[in-house]
Amino acid sequence: MPSERHLILKNIRKPGYSTDIECYLRHGGYQALRKALALQPVAQPDGTAIGPKEQIRREVEISGLRGRGGAGFSCGMKWSLVDRKSGKPIYLVCNADESEPGTFKDRQIIHRDPHQLIEGMIIACYANDVHLAFIYIRGEFIEGARILERALEEARAAGFLGRNILGTGYDLDIYIHRGAGAYICGEETGLIESLEGKRPYPRIKPPYFPAVLGLYQCPTIVNNVETLCAVKHIVDMGGAEYARLGTPDNTGTRLVCISGHVKRPGCYEIEVGKVTFRDLIFDEAFGGGLHDARQLKAIIPGGVSAKVFRAGEKVRVTKRAADGKMFETEMDVLDLPYDFTSVSAAGSMSGSGAIIVLDDSADMVEVLANISEFFAHESCGQCTPCREGSLWMAKILRRLAKGNGQPADLALLLSVADQIPGGRTICAFGEACSWPVQSLLVKFGDEFRAKVQATADKRPDRAFAEVQ
Amino acid sequence: MKQSQQSNDPLASPPGMISVTVDGRTVLVPRTMPDWQGRQVPTTMLQACELAGVTVPHYCYHPKLPVAGNCRMCLVEYGVPALGPDRKPVRQPDGSLVIKKSPRPAIACATPVSPGMEIYTSTPTVKLMRQSVLEFLLINHPLDCPICDQAGECKLQEYSVEYGRASSRFAETKVHKNKQIDLGPRIMLDQERCILCSRCIRFTRDVVGDDALGIINRGSYSAIAAYPGTTFDNNYTLNTADICPVGALTSKDFRFQMRVWFLKETMSLCASCGTGCNIVIGSRENCIYRFTPRQNDAVNSCWMCDYGRLNYRWIERTDRLTRPGGSKLTSPDWEDAINGIAAALKKAVPGHIAIVASARLTNEELYLVRRLAQFLGAPTDCVPRSGPADNLLLCADRNPNTKGAQLLGIAASPPGVNLPVFARLIRNGTIRSLLVFGEDVTRHGITADDLARLDFLAASDIHTNGTTAVSHYFLPGCAHVEKRGSFTNVHGRIQRFEKAVDPPGLARPELHWLRELVCRVTGQSMGGTVESVFEAMRAEVPAFRNIAWADLGDHGVATHG
Ligand SMILES: Cc1cc2nc3c(=O)[nH]c(=O)nc-3n(C[C@H](O)[C@H](O)[C@H](O)COP(=O)(O)O)c2cc1C
Ligand code: SF4
Ligand code: SF4
Ligand code: SF4
Ligand code: FES
Repeated sequence: MPSERHLILKNIRKPGYSTDIECYLRHGGYQALRKALALQPVAQPDGTAIGPKEQIRREVEISGLRGRGGAGFSCGMKWSLVDRKSGKPIYLVCNADESEPGTFKDRQIIHRDPHQLIEGMIIACYANDVHLAFIYIRGEFIEGARILERALEEARAAGFLGRNILGTGYDLDIYIHRGAGAYICGEETGLIESLEGKRPYPRIKPPYFPAVLGLYQCPTIVNNVETLCAVKHIVDMGGAEYARLGTPDNTGTRLVCISGHVKRPGCYEIEVGKVTFRDLIFDEAFGGGLHDARQLKAIIPGGVSAKVFRAGEKVRVTKRAADGKMFETEMDVLDLPYDFTSVSAAGSMSGSGAIIVLDDSADMVEVLANISEFFAHESCGQCTPCREGSLWMAKILRRLAKGNGQPADLALLLSVADQIPGGRTICAFGEACSWPVQSLLVKFGDEFRAKVQATADKRPDRAFAEVQ
Repeated sequence: MKQSQQSNDPLASPPGMISVTVDGRTVLVPRTMPDWQGRQVPTTMLQACELAGVTVPHYCYHPKLPVAGNCRMCLVEYGVPALGPDRKPVRQPDGSLVIKKSPRPAIACATPVSPGMEIYTSTPTVKLMRQSVLEFLLINHPLDCPICDQAGECKLQEYSVEYGRASSRFAETKVHKNKQIDLGPRIMLDQERCILCSRCIRFTRDVVGDDALGIINRGSYSAIAAYPGTTFDNNYTLNTADICPVGALTSKDFRFQMRVWFLKETMSLCASCGTGCNIVIGSRENCIYRFTPRQNDAVNSCWMCDYGRLNYRWIERTDRLTRPGGSKLTSPDWEDAINGIAAALKKAVPGHIAIVASARLTNEELYLVRRLAQFLGAPTDCVPRSGPADNLLLCADRNPNTKGAQLLGIAASPPGVNLPVFARLIRNGTIRSLLVFGEDVTRHGITADDLARLDFLAASDIHTNGTTAVSHYFLPGCAHVEKRGSFTNVHGRIQRFEKAVDPPGLARPELHWLRELVCRVTGQSMGGTVESVFEAMRAEVPAFRNIAWADLGDHGVATHG
């Protein structure tokens, strides 16, 4: 029986749970922080000692936590790359820009349990010697910013933030910075530029790796809201215990945002890799199935940047057998477990955890036109292929959707999409805007061809012009 | 055998060097090279390719600007030595390295090289990447080459020919932007032509220190703009028109005046201040159309100031002196003028003659003045000129050759202190003869009444002035663009310049008639070319002793002054 597994949503789902600090404290809030701050150096057999901060970092490494912002990069690894010898301050930024279409998990946390995030942040900051941290929150989250602002006030008043936190001598403050309404502010280096008061132009890497040259050219950690909440639970339960949740490469729990043509769209927390697409879409505990008399057509598995799956598609993945041996197997996409590794092995990504379900009422040309319009609007415009390619694709698709397409448009569209990704652009937006085009054109080519054929049949003059 | 392999091992380079392979050619490159500010930073692929003789096409990269990495024109493929499980490089049986090709390309302008790296700049993939960048740049480009000032020196045209595809696949409506934006007093912007390389922004912000330009809107609608409510007006704005790879930024002074391919280019210097920025003069049919900066890292990098750049229109003024003249000259003839002056000077008594020579004259000309002064026993000075300096190039000394005048002993110390002394000595009858080369002393403390007391006054200049008007003899001189020679800048760097246009009428370079005068007056002989005068100068003046004319090259050398 598939079911949710609540860690982050545990309190949020309790009736009467509210955002004020008293409520959080009544539910065991800030205990993990107290535990972290009380850690003592542990003597090693070789006579050295491991300090409390390093102990927390190790726990996070042991936990196997992978970033929940999109790329699924190991959190422990990210922290280990921080330049701790530069003599410069280390900053931590919570990425609360949540803008990937279909994603609405960070907002749940911020609106319903802001102190959970703040506690996770304080622990992460303590573990990394950070004394100044920021929450970069999406511009449209006006209410969320207000709630966080109040929660930070409460935390300061209670001695969890500010100077000499809980008498330990540790100082930290957290500031909120509201974005101005651009998707690209979610890309970590664009976010850093924006935080510095500039246009959010993503930075070139090398040399601007945030762990070395981040905010104000200082070492900087950028973590997603959900990632930082998970840190609190890792300290709470121990890294090894956390790693027992989920599957070996995909530990812990994860928030999944299910939207589109399902009966119960919403945000659910699962043990990573323990639930399949079929469960998430059809089970009563999750999406609850499609609307009556509808057939599943497509699944976008990780925000609109992710490559689409077609219903009935067979995917090949490598699995680990009981004896530990790896073997390759083919399965229906619906049987794919929802985790970073499986979805990427199947040729897409679980990205921000946003699953968009499309039934047979969806016109895939319209779907892609809509997605491309979004990317053309959101490209920051800094680098040539993405700036020009994203709008070109959107214009072709606008035409196709209006019934003004020609057969040759499809090959052209695919060729334009092929000219953008693969490291040709400054940031991964290049991939984000071209992957949906590439995958929809390939997987739903019949629908696109039918649409342009219908046009050609109606307007032979255009088709003729094309042949010429 | 083993020995030679060892020495060819890309991982065993001499200290400070890195061995990389560019399109199959192995080269040793320095581990670090200067960045835009001259700081040593890890050598980039683009620099390494340059050293290997391979040009990587680029738009946004400029050696004197911080790297932006936005145009993506410089994408290349590359590989690095593969590492085994022991983190040691894997080798072929013959000892050569196994190279692991990166699945992703890299921008050559920003990616540092590493030992053993192989860079591939002409693979089919690289060619396709360039082609697609060009296609993207062109789809919304207005293609108004026929009316665009940049045509002929446009990187979009050049690369399209070299790397682009022949026909357009774009069937949509182009993005339209503003084509005539008056950015400031000297610069016009056509937003449609702009390829958003951000060179103009970086130059203005990072080199000039004026955060005046930025990008508004986003995506394909992005456009360059001055900050709302402000105009783009600093002393360096015209450099943005030079570094703009396309015709988006144009100089109001130059736009629509002349097709660039008709321009004759002459290596010269700016003469508007003591910095001596290196320039190229663009002229056609004896008419000057523009000054543009010429790179000289010891002086002006790649820039020049707007003040100096636009200070050339006076050359065509109608009040130029075009023939010798003066109250004692009967016919406007050079021979008669030189004879008359020489005869008068031969009669001049040491102690009763003085010379004022402009610090706008060349080193060679001032040297001839020095010879004359020494022979006549005449004290000398020049006229100081100053204005506010700025934080980049423009210096307070607005003469191009004050330093030369000092090294040659023409300028008093400080320059100009002798002028009131000369005035006094004229008034009390001590000074009876005065020579003025290239200045109007009536504007510098020696009045027309003073001049009227003299037994003899000879002057030269480019335009008629208060001094030439009352001279017994006056001679028409040349603007520096009309002659050859050298200046010594405020930092003691001696630099040469070539002649771009002919002087008007009978005007002749000062060097020619000063030499005649020297020979006539002193009876000595001397070659008539700039080179021979320079030779004589260096034999005599310690500051120039070890410098031969040929040493000056295109960028000059430091004097020992
Ligand atoms: C175009 C683009 C948009 C992104 N938007 C977000 C976002 O809204 N929120 C987020 O947490 N991460 C976003 N990311 C990922 C961030 O760059 C970064 O990887 C993440 O914040 C790191 O946090 P994590 O390691 O905790 O996942 C985006 C990435 C790209 C390329
Ligand atoms: S890929 Fe797109 S969003 Fe990213 S920097 Fe380039 S133009 Fe901006
Ligand atoms: S105006 Fe010229 S220099 Fe400035 S960004 Fe555009 S193309 Fe580049
Ligand atoms: S700084 Fe001086 S030498 Fe350079 S361009 Fe300006 S006036 Fe001419
Ligand atoms: S030159 Fe523009 S990206 Fe390198």
